[in-house]
Amino acid sequence: MARTFKDAAIAGIGATEFSKASGRSELQLAAECSKAALDDAGIHPSEVDGMITFTIDNSDEIGLCRCLGVKDLAYTGRIPGGGAAAVATIYHAMALVNAGVCNTVLIWRAMNERSQYRFGQPHTQNIGPQAGNGTGSLLWCMPFGAQTPATWESLTAQRYMQQYGVTNEDLGRLAVVQRDYAATNPAAWFYQKPITLEDHQSSKWIVEPILRLLDCCQESDGGVAIVVTSLERARDLKQKPVRIVGACQSIPYNVEVISNYYHADLSMMPEAEGTAKRLWAQTGMKPSDMQAAMIYDAFTPQVLKQLEAFGFCKRGEAKDFIKGGHIGRGGSLPVNTHGGLIGEAYIHGMNSVAEGVRQIRGTSVNQIGSVHNVLVSSGMAGAVLAKD
Amino acid sequence: MSTENTPPAAPKPTRLAPIVTLDAKFFWDAADKGEFVGEQCADCGKLRFPPRPMCPYCHSVKREVVPLSGRGTVYSWILPRHPMPFGFKEAPIVATIELEEGEHYRLVSNLYGVALEDVKAGMPVEVFFEPTMGNHQVPVFRPRAK
Repeated sequence: MARTFKDAAIAGIGATEFSKASGRSELQLAAECSKAALDDAGIHPSEVDGMITFTIDNSDEIGLCRCLGVKDLAYTGRIPGGGAAAVATIYHAMALVNAGVCNTVLIWRAMNERSQYRFGQPHTQNIGPQAGNGTGSLLWCMPFGAQTPATWESLTAQRYMQQYGVTNEDLGRLAVVQRDYAATNPAAWFYQKPITLEDHQSSKWIVEPILRLLDCCQESDGGVAIVVTSLERARDLKQKPVRIVGACQSIPYNVEVISNYYHADLSMMPEAEGTAKRLWAQTGMKPSDMQAAMIYDAFTPQVLKQLEAFGFCKRGEAKDFIKGGHIGRGGSLPVNTHGGLIGEAYIHGMNSVAEGVRQIRGTSVNQIGSVHNVLVSSGMAGAVLAKD
Repeated sequence: MSTENTPPAAPKPTRLAPIVTLDAKFFWDAADKGEFVGEQCADCGKLRFPPRPMCPYCHSVKREVVPLSGRGTVYSWILPRHPMPFGFKEAPIVATIELEEGEHYRLVSNLYGVALEDVKAGMPVEVFFEPTMGNHQVPVFRPRAK
C-alpha cells in the first residue's frame, strides 16, 4: 500500500483480572489481554501487523505472535523507561499509523509483578544499569541503602516538598481521592475499600518523612492491551473511536527515569514539563481543554508534580488544587477515575491509559459528565485522547 | 596461650559492595584507598558526573582523574524505613550531596552524625569512608564546621 498520513485512533482495550497471584504465565496474561483488546475492537488477531511493549516486559514478541496467530508482523519495538514512558507506547503506535506503515498496532504490558517478583523489595543486583531502562545511575544508589523505587523517588520528592512546604498529609489527600474512585470500581483491587486521611496518616512510613504505605502504588499481577489503528478504519469497527489527537515524549539532558539526581532542579520534573510543552504545541490545546487526566501515580508526589508541569496549576500549588476538590468526583479535573495505580492495580501505567479510553467512550464505572478530551501522562510521555 | 589480649574480630561489613563499571572504575579504585576523586575532560577541563567516556561539551574522549575536596552541602535527604535496606541493621539517612566543585555535581550517599530531624538543606558536610562487603569502601558524609 502507498504510504499516506493517517490519523490514529484507539479501537480496542483489553485486560485480565488484576490480582496478587495470577496463577499463570506472563505470556498467558499477555495473550489473554491482547485477545480481549482485539475482540473489543472487532479485529481478528491474525491482522495485527505492529507490536509494542516495554523493554522490561518478559514476554517475547514471537511467543505472543504464536499465541495469537499473527500472520505477518511489519513492525515490533519496545520502549525504554519503564512506567515513566508508558504513554510512549501510544506515541509509537500513533506514529506508525500516521506514517502508513502499520494498520493494526497491538500494545501490551503483562506481568506477575507480585507473585513472581516484586518491584517494591530491595534491589541488590545490577538491575537498573542495563541499557533500555533509562535508569543507569541506580548503581550509584545501591551501596547506600537506596534500593527500592520508593527510596529513589523520595530523594527527589523530598526536594519538591521542602521547596514548596508540601507535607505528607497533602500527599494523603490525593491517596484518599484515588481510593475513593477505586472503591466504586469492581475491577480495582481496592474495590469497596475507601480510606480516610486518618487511615493514610496512621499507615506506616515506607520512607520517612516522604512516603507512607498508602502513598505507594500496589504490586500487581495482570495484563493490559490496547489496539491502535487508523481513525478512518476505527469508525467502521465495533467501538466508538477514541482519537489520538497528539502524543509525544520528552527526555531532557541529564534526566533519568528514577535515579534522576543530576539535572539542575530536583524540585521539578523537566521530563514532564518537556512533554507538556511538546504536547500542547502539537495539539494546539491547553490545560483548560481537558475534562479529565490520567496521571502516572507509582507514588503520590509524582501526580502533584505532573499537575504542575502540565499547567493545571502553578508550581507548588498542586497541594492546594487537590485540597480544593478539583481532582475528585464533581471536580474541574477528575484525576485517575479508575483509582490509579494506587487503587486499581499497577500494570505499569497501561491500565490508566485504558481508563482514559473509557472516559472518552463514556463507559467508565466512574463516568464523568461531558468528556471530550482527556490527558494521559506517564511523566516522560503524554497523549491527548478525544472523541471523534 | 592466652587469648585475653586479642581484640575481638571486627564484625564483617554487610554493606553492599559498589557495582563497578569500566567507566567508573577509577572512582571505586580511589575509594578503596580512601581517596575521593572526580573525572574531568583532559581537553576542555570540565568536570562531569556520572562518569562517561565522552565530554558532552567538546566531545573529547580524553579524561583525567582529579582529587575532590570532599566538601559539600546537603541537598535532599530521607530515611528508608520499610523494607529495611539490604546490608543495614539500622536504617541509614540517604541523602543527595551537592559537592562544592559544581553547582549540580551531586552524589547519592549516606549522612552520619546527625539525627533525621536536625538535617537542614544546605548543611555543610565532609566525606569519610565506610567499608563494604568484599573489602571495598564507599564515600559517606558527616556534618562539618562551616
